[in-house]
Amino acid sequence: MKFSTALSPHVQPVNSVTRVMFEVIVALVPGIIALVWFFGLGVLINVVLAVITALMAESLVLLVRGRPVWVSLKDLSAVVTAVLLAISLPAIAPWWVTVTGIVFAIVIAKHLYGGLGYNPFNPAMIGYVFLLVSFPLPMTSWPAVAGLGTMTLNFQDIAQLIFFERIPENADYDALTMATPLDALKTQLSLQKTVLEAQSGAVFGYLAGKGWEWVSLAYLLGGLWLMVRKIINWHIPVGLILGISVISGICYLIDAQLYAPPVFHLFAGATMLGAFFIATDPVTAATTVKGRLIYGMMIGALVYIIRVWGGYPDAVAFSVLLANLAAPALDYFTKPRVFGHRA
Amino acid sequence: MLNLARFHGGLHLPNNKELSNQAPLRQASIPKKLVYPLMQRPGVTVDPKVQVGERVLRGQVIAHSDHPLATPVHAASSGVIEAIEERLIPHPSGMADVCIVIATDGLDESLVTQGVADFSSQDPASIRTAIKNAGIVGLGGAAFPTAIKLNPGPQRKLDTLLLNGAECEPYITCDDCLMQNQPESVLVGAQILLHSLHIERCIVAIEDHMKRAYARLTQAVAALNDPRIIIVQVPAIYPTGGEKQLIKVVTGKETPSGGIPADIGVLCVNVGTASAVYDAVCKGKPLTERVITVTGRGVKEPQNRYVRIGTPISELIEQCGGYTEHVERLIMGGPMMGFALPDDEIAVVKATNCILAGTAADINIGKQAMPCIRCGDCAKACPVDLLPQQLYWHSRAGNLDKCKEFSLFDCIECGCCEVVCPSHIPLVQYYRSAKSKVIAKAKEAEKAAVAKRRHDMHLERKAKEQAEKAERARLKKEALAKVKQANAEKEGVTQ
Ligand code: SF4
Ligand code: SF4
Repeated sequence: MKFSTALSPHVQPVNSVTRVMFEVIVALVPGIIALVWFFGLGVLINVVLAVITALMAESLVLLVRGRPVWVSLKDLSAVVTAVLLAISLPAIAPWWVTVTGIVFAIVIAKHLYGGLGYNPFNPAMIGYVFLLVSFPLPMTSWPAVAGLGTMTLNFQDIAQLIFFERIPENADYDALTMATPLDALKTQLSLQKTVLEAQSGAVFGYLAGKGWEWVSLAYLLGGLWLMVRKIINWHIPVGLILGISVISGICYLIDAQLYAPPVFHLFAGATMLGAFFIATDPVTAATTVKGRLIYGMMIGALVYIIRVWGGYPDAVAFSVLLANLAAPALDYFTKPRVFGHRA
Repeated sequence: MLNLARFHGGLHLPNNKELSNQAPLRQASIPKKLVYPLMQRPGVTVDPKVQVGERVLRGQVIAHSDHPLATPVHAASSGVIEAIEERLIPHPSGMADVCIVIATDGLDESLVTQGVADFSSQDPASIRTAIKNAGIVGLGGAAFPTAIKLNPGPQRKLDTLLLNGAECEPYITCDDCLMQNQPESVLVGAQILLHSLHIERCIVAIEDHMKRAYARLTQAVAALNDPRIIIVQVPAIYPTGGEKQLIKVVTGKETPSGGIPADIGVLCVNVGTASAVYDAVCKGKPLTERVITVTGRGVKEPQNRYVRIGTPISELIEQCGGYTEHVERLIMGGPMMGFALPDDEIAVVKATNCILAGTAADINIGKQAMPCIRCGDCAKACPVDLLPQQLYWHSRAGNLDKCKEFSLFDCIECGCCEVVCPSHIPLVQYYRSAKSKVIAKAKEAEKAAVAKRRHDMHLERKAKEQAEKAERARLKKEALAKVKQANAEKEGVTQ
């Protein structure tokens, strides 16, 4: 009897890109729920809009590039990019902000560099930075945390805001939005207040900002689950958390009036999202074990430095992009010792 | 108790061993034909010592050669040489080569042979000769002549004999089965090896799930009352049965890159080989059969059998109930490192430990490669601590120098990286092809060097010839001149 042949190994693969991406999306669910809880259904609108745009943009580019569409669509990488960018956007960002950001991320940051696996920079973060630089106002206008604002918005109000930028009657834009904890801290410090005084403000909670800290905890939960599922390794998140903790800890010890405690920096802004979901994007990170630890620490340190001494209140996107640049060099200098070779 | 070390990476694979290790070990019946390829390894081919039409007995040498790496081939049953012709041989490339074909007569008449009852009276050289004459090669898969392995040279001081019973590839249970059924022959084989190597320590390493084999071996060691032999159970992590990996686990030492285990004082031999040594030395029996696992969901009755070397796989499968409906692929060896065969007329050889008839439930039938997402899972799984993803980039780009820089030749082609790769990239294929390119290039360079040397020599010779010619011409001229002068003088005198 004749048989068709193939080369070893003959064992079925134990993993797939689709599975990896799918689990990342699942792990984001707690964070998304927390976001919706505190910032309203606009988050969901953004996510759905972003995913649809991403899938359309990806299909189009693939068609133009003459690549099989379904094979790439089903790897879900575009969906992950879309969700990550969408949840980084203010929950009432106008629709065109989301759409522009996604198109930029998919077309320019991903496909112009050759598509999945070839892009040196994290597409979602490129999209984010592009939006932040181009449209600073809508990009920094977060809705008030539930319970803190002067009014609550129903779904219709939110949809009106996002799609028509129509503010509900008897409300003004300022009443709808509220400074994020990182913003608030920065402003207060610039007014010569101490950290403690600043933190007595309404937006601050137990660990960091009201609402925000829960969102961070939800990301942390999702991230830990990804580790349990072996989708991500511990090196980058731990490196990042270590980086930010050490440098913020030192500053805090030097002057607690001027520098917020490490726990604030860990649970404010996008630290947890960055640590577990963004910095861990394999395509753009370092790949060796040591390289990843350093990569994570680098991002942690950069986040802190830019937050405290830079012009922007949060800095995960910038820091990740900067570290992306360093990834190839990190890989090169952290090659492991091969079995049977001398150290 | 031994402190076990561990190696980097490796995989916990579904081992599927219960498929074949539940049935009792049985003797396969005599096949109608026996087929023996003359090519034993690349560059080592033996010459037929029989002619078509000749009758041979079991145990008779039918092919041999003077090549130091060659081992004699013995007929596994009596019969008549039917042909010496080209046939498909078990080789990853699916190539054909000259084989001796015996039509068996079912009488199974053997040459009368005799072993030595007391091997300790034998000196190492005669034990090695007995092993060589019995045609013994490593039965773990590498098929390296055992007699040569036993003589690593005076500069290498051996201290440990390691018997490899850690059958780490999924599905394969032939060593497990052998140890359960014949622990004594394995252990006496080990004693013979210890004696011939003048060493005092033997470690038999088996995987920790082989409970029955462990019990049987421990009993047998107790019965032999030999404190030199210890049995250890190692964690079942693929590829712990790889020679260098197992040595690391058991001794904590790493075989240097490019070196052999003897460099660090270890001699590693498969348990099946040890048993064959016992048969050869104590019973005078050449290697004509071995235990082979026939398994996979593509065969009706998976099991282990004593199979005569040279048995066509088709006959073996028939004896195991035949194929099931959904058989897709025929693999010689395990699913990780074995190679697929194009045809079941191919016969088993000494290195054949397993025949895997796989269905879609056992093996992967086509997968689509996606771009590498640099996840690093491959590096995490690599038992050699390579960076498979970097190797992939460089081998794909044909950047052979970079491949060497990333230690391409330390890759043992275990397949761990490929199995974990979420992008389903056929990584090992890239490494194999890069390796053969490097080797081809080196050969080419050597050829070029030889050609250059030849050319230079040719030029030299030519120059020398010319110089000689010139010299001859000069001499001739001188002689002529002398003659002329003499003539002139003569004339002058006569005038
Ligand atoms: S496992 Fe596959 S996808 Fe991941 S880094 Fe290695 S080669 Fe690339
Ligand atoms: S096949 Fe080679 S590179 Fe891949 S895991 Fe095995 S040794 Fe490492």
